[in-house]
Amino acid sequence: MQALNTVLAYAEEAAHHLETDPGGFVGVMVDWAWLIPVVPLVLMFAIVFFGKRLPLKGWELAEGSMAFVAIYGVALLIANWIEPFTVEHHVEIARIGVLPGLGDLVIEWGWVVDGLSIMMYTVVGVVGFFVFTYAKGYMEGDVRFTFFFASFTLFAGGMLVLVSSANMMQLIVGWELVGVASYLLIGHWWEDHANNAAAIKAFITNKIADVGLFVGVIIAGITVGSFRFTDVLDAVEAGDSALARVGFWVGLAMFVGAMGKSAQMPFHVWLPDAMAGPTPVSSLMHAATMVTAGVYLLGRMFPFYQAEGFGDDVKLWIILIGGFTLFFTGLLALVQDDIKKVLAYSTLSQLGYMTAAMGAGAYTAGLFHLFTHAFFKGLLFLAAGSVIHGVHSNNMSDMGGLRKSMPTTYWTFLIGSLALAGVFPLAGFWSKDEILASVKADAFGLGSAADLVLVLAILGAFVTAFYMARTVYLTFFGEYKGEGHPHESPRVMTYPLIGLAVLSAVAGWVLIPGVSEGFTHWLEARLHNPLDGPLHFESIDWAVAGIGTLMALLGIAAGTRLWYRDAPTQLERDRFRIPVLYPLLEHKYYFDDVYMNGIVKPTAGPIARATNWSNNVIIDGVVNFFGATARFLSRYVYGWADQRGIDLAINAAAAAAGETGSVVRRVQTGKVQQYAGALFVGAILLVIGFLIFG
Amino acid sequence: MSFGDWITQSENIVFLVIALPMVAGAVMVVTSRNVVHAALTLILTLAGSAALFLMLGAEFVAWTLVLVYIGAVIVLFLFGIMITRAPIGRDAVRLDHRRRWPAALVAASVFAVIVTATSLAFPDTEIAEGVVRTDSIGEVLFNRFVIPFEVVSLVLLAALVGGIVLARKDPE
Amino acid sequence: MIVNQFLVLAALLFSLGIYGVLVRRNAVLVLLSVELMLTAVNINLVAFGSMLQESVLTGQIFALFVITVAAAEVGIGLAIVVLIFRNRSSSNIDELDLMKW
Repeated sequence: MQALNTVLAYAEEAAHHLETDPGGFVGVMVDWAWLIPVVPLVLMFAIVFFGKRLPLKGWELAEGSMAFVAIYGVALLIANWIEPFTVEHHVEIARIGVLPGLGDLVIEWGWVVDGLSIMMYTVVGVVGFFVFTYAKGYMEGDVRFTFFFASFTLFAGGMLVLVSSANMMQLIVGWELVGVASYLLIGHWWEDHANNAAAIKAFITNKIADVGLFVGVIIAGITVGSFRFTDVLDAVEAGDSALARVGFWVGLAMFVGAMGKSAQMPFHVWLPDAMAGPTPVSSLMHAATMVTAGVYLLGRMFPFYQAEGFGDDVKLWIILIGGFTLFFTGLLALVQDDIKKVLAYSTLSQLGYMTAAMGAGAYTAGLFHLFTHAFFKGLLFLAAGSVIHGVHSNNMSDMGGLRKSMPTTYWTFLIGSLALAGVFPLAGFWSKDEILASVKADAFGLGSAADLVLVLAILGAFVTAFYMARTVYLTFFGEYKGEGHPHESPRVMTYPLIGLAVLSAVAGWVLIPGVSEGFTHWLEARLHNPLDGPLHFESIDWAVAGIGTLMALLGIAAGTRLWYRDAPTQLERDRFRIPVLYPLLEHKYYFDDVYMNGIVKPTAGPIARATNWSNNVIIDGVVNFFGATARFLSRYVYGWADQRGIDLAINAAAAAAGETGSVVRRVQTGKVQQYAGALFVGAILLVIGFLIFG
Repeated sequence: MSFGDWITQSENIVFLVIALPMVAGAVMVVTSRNVVHAALTLILTLAGSAALFLMLGAEFVAWTLVLVYIGAVIVLFLFGIMITRAPIGRDAVRLDHRRRWPAALVAASVFAVIVTATSLAFPDTEIAEGVVRTDSIGEVLFNRFVIPFEVVSLVLLAALVGGIVLARKDPE
Repeated sequence: MIVNQFLVLAALLFSLGIYGVLVRRNAVLVLLSVELMLTAVNINLVAFGSMLQESVLTGQIFALFVITVAAAEVGIGLAIVVLIFRNRSSSNIDELDLMKW
């Protein structure tokens, strides 16, 4: 209690960066907001030490922490909606003189309570709450159940540290906590070597990109003399010339860090492999934590990228990388058999949308898509996990026909798919439309690059709907091709699906241009508000919305044409191919008795044939053309660019490391005392060097 | 300050009386052919350093050294020697490596470098007199250094548990 | 008393410790030599503490911490030696080259 009071006293004294200080109950809530990252981390330790003795083996603590964060986040969200506020607290932890002449390095712990961070608290808390509930059913009977929930809580807690941080050093701490926890979780079933390899791959790929983040943070921090976001952004506002000189490199280096966590090309390779972890992990990782960190960083630093002469040269990189990622990884999703991999590539594609939006200057649109995507992608993964739980296989070739045996899973998966495809009025429609409109508006004036990305994004909308239709048909339609009898998952797993399905449906309604602008108001409430400029819209852009919807419907149609045929039963196939006519044809048996020789054969037959012909030739032609092109492209991209190009480069690097190692390993004799001798010789040489040159 | 000036101060004679046996003990520790002798001569060196601490006015550190090191650590070492059946007495098993000269060279150059560096840095700095009483140590230890103190106690606990886990026989 | 006399003595003890660490084959003797080096460090700490006469007594406090950590180190170190001896019937560390690739 002493320590707690000290922290609180510090907080009172600490320099408040107060734009608007809410008083009363909201003020108290804001002052205690530091509990949001701390509670999960503390409970993580409690799970480690006492979890196994508790009646539910530590799950109740994990779930409790998420419930706490969710409730706290929603309460803050509502308070901020009613009256916007922005509060930052900084507590000094240590002051270190690093190098002479550079001033002291101040290590601080701080927490930001503004629109952006509250939005993230809510997303992590709410999605986390549902995923943790579901995970209880999914992980039931697992050998390391308690350990799983400890790492899972650490995962969410790390993300909360990241999004609550008021300075870049703390951001890195959260960033790395998330990385470590993801390593533990992806490799949760480490008895299988492939899972281990996937965990290591994720960790190392992230680590390489993290170097970028470190470089950016260190350059920015030393140039400005402070690691606080507000100080850096103040310097941007004041037009600090020293920061402007390094602006491009800082911006680029930080973006490289964001590319790693948000899995943009060419750092996307870890995310599909990360499917090796248990499905709840994939769900949280793809929805609320980890991959959103990069987009969040871009959002937090947005004024830096926005300002003329600082990071604005990086914008072109951001929009192009986002644009290519959204299109090409979307195509990859078309050729996967593993249902989780389809969703993983889909996540990559959606992250591409967010990144491209950030590059196009659409702060609101990018974060809005992050917000809605968190709900429906979390839902899709949980539903896929429910399928896997019932079928005991990840492959869609072992599934099919699950619509009947798993109705709840089917309906929720369908809602998630439609939301992802961007069908009115589900969540994905609003956010994708916002992104398309923003890229079209081209607030950063990128010209032809923005046009190119707009085309890619529109095609991407088609591809998204296309592969989701395929997934739905292969999984839930046709006949069951696996072994055993699939059954619906227990209620502890289906209730979270229903909850997230509702959110996936309605989450988009917080930002309907011209109708409800709640989301914009949340994001406005921050210091260095980047929303001045043509970044949000007064009304819906009907042309863009129309094209987006058309593409989504076309994609669904194409998927229907191509994959519904995989259903092995003729009856099932026809029922769908001729939706209007089929009931008539079915009832032919009753009509036969009456009209057999007179009416049915001469009329119904030709009508049916004519309809069938137009259906097959005209609609199929258009649809097949799109489908075949997309299929061809995706094969090509997967086979060439991904499997050969990138893998070859990685293998070459590994081989080079191996060669070097086999030469250098001769130095390793294994004799400790020789190592110690070398150590002392090195120390002597260093001291002599200092004496002579120092 | 010349050596003549230095040696005429009575406290420096005391210093030499303490320091020379310490060095002799240390030489015995690293060269003795008998493991038990090596452990026992370490006592000599440690006792000497405790005496030096008394000279410097660090009473609490001196007595802690006597209690912890001479009282506990050396006993622990003797147990270790006994359990591992290290060669006691001058028998055939070599205690040293054959190549001593590289090691001696490294040690000598470390000595040379340290002495050069320190004599450059502190040519003739005098040490002031003054005794630090135990109560002031306690005050500092439990105010400013209370967190390191607690951490060190955790380290000791971990070492205790670790030692037991490592050294106990596996229950077959 | 000047500070240098303590520093030179400490340097001598430290170098002797290094010699012992590098040249001894028996693991117990290597640990003894490490203790010698730690003693040298303690002498330095206390001597500097007396020289600076600071009110927070950092030198002596750190010497105390070094003694404590050294005690922990001896406990663990000897446990490891006993374990190695039990497994390989030898406590000669030049026979332990398992760290080699």
